[in-house]
Amino acid sequence: MDQAVQAKQGGNDRSRYAHIQGWGADLDHRNRPAYPMERMPARLEHPPQHEPEQQQITTTVFHSTERPRITPIFGSTVPPQGLSGRLRAWAFKYSENNVFHWLLLLLADRINMMEGIGDDLRSGHVPNVLGEMGIKAELKHNPAGFARKVAITSAVVGVACFLIARNRRRG
Amino acid sequence: MLAMNYRGPYRVRVQQKPEPRIEHPNDAIVRVTRACICGSDLHLYHGLVPDTRVGSTFGHEFIGVVEEIGPSVQNLKVGDHVLVPFNIFCGACYFCQRELYSNCHNTNAEATAVGGIYGYSHTAGGYDGGQAEYVRVPMADVGPTVIPPDLDHDDAVLLTDALPTGYQAAEMGDIDEGDTVVIFGAGPIGIFAAKSAWLLGAGRVIVVDHLEYRLQFVKTYAQCEVVNFKDVRDMAIHIKKMTDGLGADVCIDCVGCEAVGNVMQSITGRYLKLQAGAATVLHWCINSVRKGGTVSIVGVYGPTFNAIPIGNAINKGLTLRMNQASVKRHLPRLIEHIQAGRIDPKQIITHRVPLEEAADAYHLFSSKLDNCIKTVLIPPKAVPRMAVEV
Repeated sequence: MDQAVQAKQGGNDRSRYAHIQGWGADLDHRNRPAYPMERMPARLEHPPQHEPEQQQITTTVFHSTERPRITPIFGSTVPPQGLSGRLRAWAFKYSENNVFHWLLLLLADRINMMEGIGDDLRSGHVPNVLGEMGIKAELKHNPAGFARKVAITSAVVGVACFLIARNRRRG
Repeated sequence: MLAMNYRGPYRVRVQQKPEPRIEHPNDAIVRVTRACICGSDLHLYHGLVPDTRVGSTFGHEFIGVVEEIGPSVQNLKVGDHVLVPFNIFCGACYFCQRELYSNCHNTNAEATAVGGIYGYSHTAGGYDGGQAEYVRVPMADVGPTVIPPDLDHDDAVLLTDALPTGYQAAEMGDIDEGDTVVIFGAGPIGIFAAKSAWLLGAGRVIVVDHLEYRLQFVKTYAQCEVVNFKDVRDMAIHIKKMTDGLGADVCIDCVGCEAVGNVMQSITGRYLKLQAGAATVLHWCINSVRKGGTVSIVGVYGPTFNAIPIGNAINKGLTLRMNQASVKRHLPRLIEHIQAGRIDPKQIITHRVPLEEAADAYHLFSSKLDNCIKTVLIPPKAVPRMAVEV
C-alpha cells in the first residue's frame, strides 16, 4: 500500500507513532494555542485596560502615510541624518503600497553605508572591513574557500586593469 | 555598553554604545544574558531589509535580567529573569485584543504591515535589539515572561522566537491526523516545525534542504524523512512521487527570501532585486501540495513583491496561511511541552560565542560553516554556560 495512503489510513492505528515522543499531544484543536486564529478575550495574564500613553517624541521618527501620527510606542535608535536621512524623509511621502517608497529606502541604506565609513574616518577610526566581515571565522573554517575568493577577485581585478590599460593605449 | 553595530551589508562589529534608557513609563531595561542570531537576521546582515540603518543593533531573540523599570510597570520587578518575545506589542489594540500580537498596531510607526520587532530595522519599528549588554523593553507589563525556575535558559532563549515560529508554522498548516507534511528548510524553524508537526498529529513528515549536515540532524532530532533537493530534478514531481501522485497535504515554507535552488529566482530576486528575494520555496510549496491542501508560510520576504504561481494556487483550491509568530500566546503550551519532555529545544544549539565575536559568528552562520545550526551570543556580564571561541 502506498506510503501516502498508508499514512492517512493509519489514523486508527496510532501505535505506529509510539516511537515519536509526544505524537498527537495537540491533535485536539482545543490544545492548539493559536486556534482559533482570532481569539477574544486575549489570554494575557494582565491585560491592559486602555491603550498605551504616547511616548515622548524627542527625535525624528517617520511614520507611514497609512497612519495619521506616530504610534504610542516607537523605537528611537539611529535617527535619520545626512543625505540618507533626506532620502528616507522623501521615501515616507509615499505609501507602503508604492514600491518607490521601498526602493528609496534601499538606496538610502546604500548611501548610509558610505556615510558610516565617512563617520569612521572622521573620528580617526579606520574600519577593519575584513574583520567586520568575519575573516577570522573564514580563515579558520573555510581556508580553501577564502583562497578561492582571493584568486577569483584577483583574476577579475587583473582582467579589468588589463582592459582599462589596453583601452588607454588605444585611445 | 558593548553592542553589536551594523555597518553595512556583510559588515558588523561590536563596540561601545550608550546604554538604553527608559523612554516610556511602561519600559524596562533588561541586562541580556543570552541572545541568538536568527536566520532572519541574515536578511538584515545581507542588506535586504529596507531602512536598515548603520549603527543599529540587531537581535530579537534574547533573555535577561530586569535591571530597571519605568514608573507604570506593575507586573515585573528588578531582578526578574525574563524571556522576551520578539514581538513588541501593546496588548490593547484591535489586533492584540485578538491575540495577534505580531500584528500590533501601536508599536511600529514606520510600517503598518508588521508590528514592532526588536532589532529588525526601522521597517519593524526602529528598536535596538538584544545582541548587546542591555536592551530597552517597551510594554514590560505585557511582553516579557518570567522564566520558570525549572526551565533551562538555553530552552528559554529559543522560546523567544525559534520554537514558537516553528510551532506556529505547523499549526497554520491545520494538520489533521495522518497528514503528510513537507517542510522546506532544515534550519532551526524547519527543525521545530518538523517536531511540532508530529505533536499536531501528522502521519508523515518530510524535510527538504540542500545542506547535508542539517538534514542528518533533523532526521535524528525530528524522526522524519529527508530530501536533499540537489539530488532532485524537479521538486514538485519528486514530492508527488512520494505521495502517490497526490501531493502533500501541507507544505511549509521555513526558508524565505534567500532560498537557493532555482537559478531564475536567485538572479531576479537575490541578485538583481527585481523582486523581494527568491520565491523558490513558495513555488515549490504551491506546486507540491495536493489540491485542496494548505501552504503555511513563516519564511520572511521583503515588503515589495514576488512572482508566485497564484494561478496554480487558485486552480488547486489551496489555503494559504502566513504570519509572524505571536509568541506570547504560544508560551504556556510550549513550556508545557518542554517540561513534559516532548521537545528539547536546546539540542539545536551548535555554537555559544562571546558577544565580542559577533562578526565572526554572523559570517559562520551566513556561510553555514562548521556545521552551524544555531548560535547563542553571550554578553560579558552574563554568566556564561560555556563560551566557545569561534
